[in-house]
Parts: sequence; C-alpha cells; structure tokens
Amino acid sequence: MDTSEPLAVASDTDVVTARQRARDLARVLGFSTTDQTTIATAASEIARNIVTYAGHGQLWVRALDEGGRQGLVVVARDEGPGIPDVERALADGYSTSGSLGVGLSGSKRLMDDLDIESGAGAGTTVTMRKWLR
Amino acid sequence: MPILKQGDCLIASVQDALSDEELRALQNDLAEQVGRHRARGVIIDVTVLDVMDSFATRTLQTIVHTTRLRGAEAVIVGIQPEVAFALVQFGLTLEGIPTALDLDGGLALLRLGASRSRSDGHE
Repeated sequence: MDTSEPLAVASDTDVVTARQRARDLARVLGFSTTDQTTIATAASEIARNIVTYAGHGQLWVRALDEGGRQGLVVVARDEGPGIPDVERALADGYSTSGSLGVGLSGSKRLMDDLDIESGAGAGTTVTMRKWLR
Repeated sequence: MPILKQGDCLIASVQDALSDEELRALQNDLAEQVGRHRARGVIIDVTVLDVMDSFATRTLQTIVHTTRLRGAEAVIVGIQPEVAFALVQFGLTLEGIPTALDLDGGLALLRLGASRSRSDGHE
C-alpha cells in the first residue's frame, strides 16, 4: 500500500475510500478492531467535511514512528472557505454548531490528538493521530 | 436495496457502505412502501456497516422520523460492537431512535409497541 500519495476527495464515494484506506492501514499497523473502527470513523468525518464545505481536497493516511511510539496519522487538506473560529468549532458540541462541530469535536474524542490549521478564506488542514497502545 | 415484507413490517438490510444517493433512495422507498403495504413497522438492518459516521446517523434519524410521520415505527438493528463503541466515544447517542440487537429483537420491539398502543385504545 502506497500511503505517501494523497487520496483525492471530492464525492461521497471518496469518503468511503478514505475510511477504507484508514482502516486498512490501521489493521496493517496492528491496531485493534475497535481502534480500526474509531480511526475509520474519524477519517470518514473529516473526509466528509472536505466534500461538504470545500467541495474537494486531499487526504493522506500514513504510519507514524516517533520517539519509539508507533501510530497512524490522517491529514485532510482543502482550499475551501476555512474555519474562522477554530477553537469554537472544536469546542462546540452536537447541539450547537451543527454537523461541522459534531465532526470535529467528535473526531477529536476518537483520536489521540487533532490539530486544525485554518482561517476565513484560508483553506483547512486537519491533522489527527492515534498511537498504538 | 431490497425491502422485504414480513407481516405488517418492512425489513431493509443495508448491503454495503451506502452512498448519499442510496440513503436518500432508501428514505423515499421506505416512505412510499409504508403507504403501499400499510406497514406498521420498519426494520433497518445495519449489520454490514463497519463504520457509522455523523452523516449515517443523521440519515437514519431522518428515516425514523419520516416513517413515523407515515404512521409506522422504525427500529435500527445490527449495530456492531465496535461501531457502538465508536458512536458513544464520538458522542452520537442516536437519541429518539429505537434499536434492537437483531431482526428477532427488532420484530419483538415492534410487536410490543403495537400491542401497547392497541391496549391504550390509540390508532
């Protein structure tokens, strides 16, 4: 599996491909089936955000090896409208900010860490990691 | 997606990862077939889904609510253990959506609901 090449995400079928790619790498790296599902779910959310808010973008799924720890990283990047208030988007839960809030804050709960680089009109890059226990 | 009739219940078994279009088609098909067969219950079997994200849960909620407006109760069955765990961790509670373990559980839940509303004297 060549994980160095990004996946083009522009449709809901690409969202399905993104989560399959995330699950496949998670399985190869030795994540439990439960973690494979949580990783695939988070990947599905941020891939879907690309399609919903930016129309198209790219997604990478890669193995991580840092300081003796192994894991997986998912990076989603788009040139869309961006998120003006990233802190609020992450803090807002299900009931207030609609689907964007659910996807981001939920994904943050599923993964070990999640970073967002974004701003109004500046596109968005979401990076999330999960480590093998 | 095939929708089977069992008594006054309709059973839709999700075959594969559903596209947005297929989910919308399922929504419309169920709403229409509930009317055509005068179904009292709808079971949506999601055993095959290995991931349920917020889009999937929103769509299932919509299906449950629209079938309710058509006079039938809908039950989701077959949520896999890892999927259930991910949903809880994610924070998606599936509020307002009846669930059961499997087809048998779903049918039992629907029969229970039907007999309860009959003894209350409701439609």
